[in-house]
Amino acid sequence: MVHAESPRALHRFAVFLASCVIGLIAAGGLVKSLEAGLSVPDWPTSYGGLNPPRWWEIENVRAEHGHRLIAGTVALMTVALAIWAWRREPRRWVRRLAWGAGVAVLLQALLGGLTVLLFLPTAVSVSHAALAQLFLCMVVAFALVTSRGWRESIASPELAATGRDLQALASGTTVLVYAQILVGALVRHTGSGLAIPDFPLMFGRWWPPQFDFSITIHLIHRIGAVLVTVAVVTLLVRIARCSSRRGFVVPAVAMGLLLVAQVTLGATIIWSGRAVLPNTLHVPTGATLLAASLILTLRSWRAAAAAPASSRTVGEPAMVAA
Amino acid sequence: MKHTFFRLALGLSAIALLAACGGGDDTTATTTEAPLAAVVPSGGSGSITGLVSYSGDDTDAEINMDADPVCASAHSDPVSTESVVASDGNLANVFVYLKEGVGGSHTVSSEAVLLDQTGCTYVPHISGIQVGQKLVIRNSDPTLHNVHALPEKNKEFNQGQPFQNMELEKSFDTAEVMVRLKCDVHPWMSAYIGVVDHPYFAVSGTDGSFSIEGLPAGDYVVEAWHETLGTRTQSVTVGDGAVTVSFDYDA
Ligand SMILES: [Cu+2]
Repeated sequence: MVHAESPRALHRFAVFLASCVIGLIAAGGLVKSLEAGLSVPDWPTSYGGLNPPRWWEIENVRAEHGHRLIAGTVALMTVALAIWAWRREPRRWVRRLAWGAGVAVLLQALLGGLTVLLFLPTAVSVSHAALAQLFLCMVVAFALVTSRGWRESIASPELAATGRDLQALASGTTVLVYAQILVGALVRHTGSGLAIPDFPLMFGRWWPPQFDFSITIHLIHRIGAVLVTVAVVTLLVRIARCSSRRGFVVPAVAMGLLLVAQVTLGATIIWSGRAVLPNTLHVPTGATLLAASLILTLRSWRAAAAAPASSRTVGEPAMVAA
Repeated sequence: MKHTFFRLALGLSAIALLAACGGGDDTTATTTEAPLAAVVPSGGSGSITGLVSYSGDDTDAEINMDADPVCASAHSDPVSTESVVASDGNLANVFVYLKEGVGGSHTVSSEAVLLDQTGCTYVPHISGIQVGQKLVIRNSDPTLHNVHALPEKNKEFNQGQPFQNMELEKSFDTAEVMVRLKCDVHPWMSAYIGVVDHPYFAVSGTDGSFSIEGLPAGDYVVEAWHETLGTRTQSVTVGDGAVTVSFDYDA
């Protein structure tokens, strides 16, 4: 069975939307870094209207209201993506993925509004951060599976072997990065970013001398960073040894660079006493690392799922599990 | 201070009222709503006056209001935070109230307490209010504010005031010293309101002085509360006249 192609423009639109979602996540990170989440007290209105007076001139209102405007735009774009996919995307599961992203972004808006109206309870704010990453993952996955490279993956024994080899490691890394982001969200929304005030030491030692909730989750986030580093380095070494395929090498190298940037930002947050810029950039950098890890993971699954080469002729497009 | 003067005037008029009644039982006679003379209806002729002293420095930092150009342009001189306002050994912005010893119920003043937002600061920074008394929060600025109360015993609220001269009316259900209010638009803006279930409270002025009037005779515990320097308490016996109480924040 040969599938009709996803429109090229739909794929490009999805890539653009994914980059907008990263921008939206950065805007959300800025709101938290400025502690501006309650600077617009009402929702869905802003100071009783569509746009508060002089909102672009006032730092915190610009952050919070700007986040709402970007979010509204991304939500409309996602609904447009879903409608477009529904009409033109041949694979049913890909159409469902687009609808899933649409539902996720609407739920995400509700969580954002709810956390403002409830004065930022930790559970709601952390859920808002957690769903943001899942929404990003859906859009990234959609963009990936509508790409020409995905459709034209050539089944070969070498590729299938590499895919199987990478599958578990890449999947584990993606889950680990997501968990690390969740812990990071908990650190942010419980104000625990400086619970351990020094880096790389902790209270001048290699292990905190005392513990409370904030110190514990802060410590877990630091341990998480070590685990993610180990996972990413292992992944890089594995790919360097086993595959020169661009589809694996590019996201893996991106993950390495993003990891270095992310750890540097994390350290800078501590050293600067939570300066707004590193504290904000830490959020979209983590999201981009997750996206890169997801791309690598999905490609490894795709390669591994390719039917054994013996049953296919070289050059036949690999099939997608529907 | 305007507020203290106001209460003094009310105290005097209440005394006049009591005198007209022949000095009879004063706690039950005044439940009718008297628009102006409601602050000290159950009171007596005792008073507590005193000074709050502190020899430390006025440690307040200059506020950078660049986050909102309207705020920045509202001031030609630098504005400081009001955490520790001290001069000549006197400490201002100390909330002094009777913590223990006040019995009976008290008519709630029908006069509203005003909390103004002007020049992107709260005026007054420290104030007091009775449980159930009306609090009017005004935005006198040509910019927007959100008014965010962070009580622990009362109900949290956060309301926007996008336009100049908007007013908001609130009241508190439960005694709570202190309720913090802040503006999330302008992070330097904060105010504290002491919510008490009687009318016996005052805020020290820039000369460190305070005065609580119209007290029935009795034994009281007086507490002084300061935003950063903490609380001090003293036991006081009040009779017919004025008792002097001083709080020393150096001790
Ligand atoms: Cu304000």
